[in-house]
Amino acid sequence: MTTFLGMPAPRGVGHLRGDESFPAAAKKALGNDQLRRNLNHATTTIRGKSGRVIAELPDWEQLRLAGSAIKADTMARLPELIEELESRVTAAGGVVHWAADANEANTIVTDLVRATGSPRVIKIKSMATQEIGLNEALEEAGIQPVETDLAELIVQLGKDQPSHILVPAIHRNRTEIRDIFLREMPGVDPALTDDPPVLAAAARRYLRETFLSTSVAVSGANFGIAETGTLAVVESEGNGRMCLTLPDTLITVMGIEKVLPTWRDLEVFLQLLPRSSTGERMNPYTSMWTGVVPGDGPQNFHLVLLDNGRTKVLADEVGRQALHCIRCSACLNVCPVYERTGGHAYGSVYPGPIGAILSPQLTGVEDNASLPYASSLCGACFDACPVRIDIPAILVHLRNQAPHPRSERVAMAAAAYTMDHPRLYEAAQHAAKLSRYAGKRLPPPLSGWTASRDLPEPPAETFRDWWEDR
Amino acid sequence: MSSRDVVLGRIRSALSGPSSVDVPRDYRPASGAVGSLELLVERLVDYKAVVHRSSAVAETVAGIVSGTLVVPPGIDRSWLPTAPLVDGDLPADRIAAADGVVTAAAVAIAETGTIVLDGSPDQGRRIISLLPDLHICVLRPAQIVEGVPDAVARLVPGRPLTWISGPSATSDIELNRVEGVHGPRNLHVIILEEQWS
Repeated sequence: MTTFLGMPAPRGVGHLRGDESFPAAAKKALGNDQLRRNLNHATTTIRGKSGRVIAELPDWEQLRLAGSAIKADTMARLPELIEELESRVTAAGGVVHWAADANEANTIVTDLVRATGSPRVIKIKSMATQEIGLNEALEEAGIQPVETDLAELIVQLGKDQPSHILVPAIHRNRTEIRDIFLREMPGVDPALTDDPPVLAAAARRYLRETFLSTSVAVSGANFGIAETGTLAVVESEGNGRMCLTLPDTLITVMGIEKVLPTWRDLEVFLQLLPRSSTGERMNPYTSMWTGVVPGDGPQNFHLVLLDNGRTKVLADEVGRQALHCIRCSACLNVCPVYERTGGHAYGSVYPGPIGAILSPQLTGVEDNASLPYASSLCGACFDACPVRIDIPAILVHLRNQAPHPRSERVAMAAAAYTMDHPRLYEAAQHAAKLSRYAGKRLPPPLSGWTASRDLPEPPAETFRDWWEDR
Repeated sequence: MSSRDVVLGRIRSALSGPSSVDVPRDYRPASGAVGSLELLVERLVDYKAVVHRSSAVAETVAGIVSGTLVVPPGIDRSWLPTAPLVDGDLPADRIAAADGVVTAAAVAIAETGTIVLDGSPDQGRRIISLLPDLHICVLRPAQIVEGVPDAVARLVPGRPLTWISGPSATSDIELNRVEGVHGPRNLHVIILEEQWS
C-alpha cells in the first residue's frame, strides 16, 4: 500500500506563496518603524480586550477542550460529514459544487457570476477566496469584485496586501487610512478627519449604493453544519448581512474543513471565536442560513466546497491539526515574531504562527521552507489557541521535513560521524576547549549560524576528563 | 471522474487513525432557566445599545423616534404609536428610507448581550432590520436565557437567524471597537415590564 501524500495547492494562482523567504522579507519589515508601532499598538490592545472577556468565563478551558475534540472528530469523519452537509444544503434549495483546487474554484465562481449577467460582485471578507486569488480571476473575466469589509476596503483602495487574518489593514494607522480614503475613494469629503467613527461613516456612505444595486454576493463561511445544512458567517460591521440578504444570488466558498457535525456544536464555537478574535463577548452580527428561504434573502444559493491542498494537510497525522483553525487570529496577536515583522513577511494570506504551519502544508514544505522557522517556539500561540492547536509541535515536525541549507547538512553529518567514533569525539572536545580563546564566531561556511547566535561557552573540563580524574 | 469523487477520494485516502473522537462537554450546559434581566441590561449597555424597561411600549417608541416605522406583518400593533409601514414585499429603497424598524425577537442571551431574530412573523424578513439606521427590538423577559448553549438549544436551525450584539461596529481601525458602519447605527431594546393589575 502506498502512503497518500495528497495534492498541494497549485502554483501560479492564489496567495499562499511569497516572492521571497521569510528572513529576507522580515528584514525589510523590521526596518519599518511605523509598521512596528502600529502592530505593537494593535496587538497590545487586542490582547488586553481578549484576556478580559476570556476571564469572565469560568469554563473557558472546558470549552477549548470540547472545541478541540469536536474538530478532531470532524476530521476523523470528514467524508460522511461533508456528504451530509451537501445533501442538507441541496434539500434546502442550495446548489453544491466541488473544487479540487484554486483554479477550479475560480472557474466555478466566475461562471456562476457570468450566468447572472452582473458586471460586479459584492464580497464579504473571506480567507478562502483570498487564498485562491478569486478577485484576480474575476477581474480577468471583466467582473468587478468589491470588498465591503472596512479593512479589506482599505487594503483594496490602498492597492495593498492583507497582513492579518482578522484585521487585514492592521499595519495601517488611522492617519494612513484617512490618506488612502482621500486619495482613492470616489466622492469622499475632502475635509475627512482621521477620527475612527468619521472614517467608518465614510465607508458606509461609499458602499451604500453598491450594496443596493449589486445582484450577486460572494462570501466565505465560518461554519457549515452537516446535521442541518446551515451556514454561518460571523462579522461586525453589517456588510456581511448586506451581502447575505440583499442580492438575488449568493455564492459561498468554504474550505472542506469548516464543516461541523451538529447544530449543538455552535454552542462551543460561538463562545470560543468572538472572545479569542476581536475580544468581544459576542461579535455584533452573526448570520445563519439554510439553503434558500422563499421571499427572504438570496433566492439562488451556491456552496463551493474547496480542497486546494487541504486533503494534503489531512494526510499528515501530526500536521492535520492545522485544519482545526477557526481563523480567530489570537495566535498572531500573541506572537513575538508576528508583532515585529507583521503579516506581509509571511508571504501568504495566512500569516503568523498558524500561517507558519498551514501555508507550508497547503503548498508542500518545499514552497514555503522558511516558514516553519519563523518562530521562537515560545508556545504563546498554543496557550492562546481556542481549539488548542499544538502549533510549536507542528513547527518542529515541519522543520524536520523542510530542506536544510547545505552547510547545515554537512555539519550535522560530520557531527554524527564524530559522535559515532569515541576517539574522534574526544579530540573534538579538546579542540572545542581551545575555541574558548578563539571568540564566539565560527569561520565560513558556518559563520551564518553564529551571525545571529552566540556559540555556547565550552566547559574548561570535559565530562570525560572529569570522569577519568575522579 | 467528477471533482466530487476526486475530493472525496482524497479525503478517504488521507484519513488514518481513529474513526471518531469522543467530545468532552464539561462546560456549562444549557440549563433551561430564564436568564438574568439585570445581566442582559448591563451587557447590552456595555456594547452601546440603549435599553428601556417599559410596560407602555407605544409611548416608549414615540419617545425614541417620530416618522415612518417599518414593521413586520406579525408585529403587535399595540406597540406602535402611529400607523406603520407594514412589510410584505417592500422594495429596498423604501425600507432604507424609513426612520426606523420595530421588531420582536426570538431569544436574548444575558451573558453576551445578544438578541436573536429568527424571521418569525413578528420579526420579519432580514432586510427590514438591516437597512434602517434605527432598530427598536421589543423583548419579553421570558425570552431571556443565561448563555449561548441555551440560545442554541431554543433556536430552530432551518430559520434565517440574525444574532445581534449592539449596533453595527468595527474593530478594523487599530483594533478598537467603533460603533456605526453598515448595519443600524442605533439599537434600542425595549424590555416589556410585567403589567400588574
